Amino acid sequence: MDFKILLGDDGGGRTYLEWLMQAWGWTLAVAVSAWLVAMLVGTLVGTLRTLPEQAGKTPLVAKLANAWVELFRNIPVLVQVFLWYFVVPKMFPAFKSIPSFILIALALGFFTSARIAEQVRAGIQSLPKGQRYAAMAVGFTTFETYRFVILPMAFRIILPPLTSESMNLLKNSSVAFAVSIAELTMYAMQVGEETSKPVEIYLVVTLLYALSAFAVNRAMAYVERRIQVPGFVAAGNVGGGH
Amino acid sequence: MFNLDFGFLTWDMFSKFVLNGFIFSLELTAIATLGGIALGTVLALMRLSNKPFLTVPATIYVNGLRSIPLVMVILWFFLLIPFVIGRPIGAEISAIITFVAFEAAYFSEIMRAGIQSISRGQIFAGQAMGFTYAQNMRLVVLPQAFRNMLPVLLTQTIILFQDTSLVYAIGAYDLLKGFVTGGKIYGRVEEVYILAALVYFVICMSLSYATRRLQAKIAIIR
Repeated sequence: MDFKILLGDDGGGRTYLEWLMQAWGWTLAVAVSAWLVAMLVGTLVGTLRTLPEQAGKTPLVAKLANAWVELFRNIPVLVQVFLWYFVVPKMFPAFKSIPSFILIALALGFFTSARIAEQVRAGIQSLPKGQRYAAMAVGFTTFETYRFVILPMAFRIILPPLTSESMNLLKNSSVAFAVSIAELTMYAMQVGEETSKPVEIYLVVTLLYALSAFAVNRAMAYVERRIQVPGFVAAGNVGGGH
Repeated sequence: MFNLDFGFLTWDMFSKFVLNGFIFSLELTAIATLGGIALGTVLALMRLSNKPFLTVPATIYVNGLRSIPLVMVILWFFLLIPFVIGRPIGAEISAIITFVAFEAAYFSEIMRAGIQSISRGQIFAGQAMGFTYAQNMRLVVLPQAFRNMLPVLLTQTIILFQDTSLVYAIGAYDLLKGFVTGGKIYGRVEEVYILAALVYFVICMSLSYATRRLQAKIAIIR
């Protein structure tokens, strides 16, 4: 093991350690921006899927939201990244001027939004019907019902699965290597080859991934404790995923 | 429409470039599912035992693999397997070994939940019949755990099938690579991604539909 290689110059005036930190920054930047997209879209889509039936019919927006989830959940994330990076700019020339970083954040964000929408829907449907009826009884509109009664409870219930989805997103950000984003996995492949010390390089990169995932886990656990409603126990979640 | 041209899509193109990759993706999914469930069940039993020399390594293995991106695991195995066995190895074989080892960590969590979902009375009943630990697991606990977890195991298999596309990182020739190669040769690099997405979508969609049907069926029996 020879980690001194990290202090060596990469030929462009920066050490491999500095490059590593920049790569870590890219990984976190991709993951955080994709997370924002995923939470925003996932919450919206998941909520729309639970809209009450009108005159015995599922509302059109609920059907569209279901289609959204099926579309983004059933295509591999790597293929979705390629679609956003290569195909979308070719089909819609307006996208040509958008930086690839944003395209990747959108790809990862939409992919994860389908999974978050699924959790949001499950969380909302796990609430007793009485909560919705109680909100209707005090005269809340549908929007107010969701805003003040259903979503605050549903989010507390789904925090554990949201935690694992957030960690999955961080890990999935590694597919950005395929479209030349200078993030950790790209760094591992490139610098591992350049320095002929792949074991050391892979080791530090793996450690940074594990560290980041652990940080996400602790942050979410902190949020979970802070917003706990006394008397309600959050539901657990069964394995699977990635 | 949209500057795209699918005129190159012929049986000739498909059989020459895509078919081999498609078959490999299916093989990889099948082997990784069966191998992963087998190894995962062993890991689950290890974690549920009360002997620290079994629980500790199994816990480290499962939690360790689950906290690293699959792409990194694929790269690690591709780097290390030749060291271990002392000769170079093809990307395809490396991918198969990686997926069995990696998916075992995820399947073990599912099997652990499945085993824990069996009521203690079942285990006591087995013991009362004079079953050994192995008999009790094989004849009483695991068959019920498998059935309870079947929908989750199938859902994980769908995710696994999607993840096989990540062997792109070491250049293994799978379904995606088949399309990409064909696209390069016919000069249609963008169009092939749409076709690849379509193939993955149709397969995953039908599998998840079948899983939901099965889930509804099992729910009635229980």
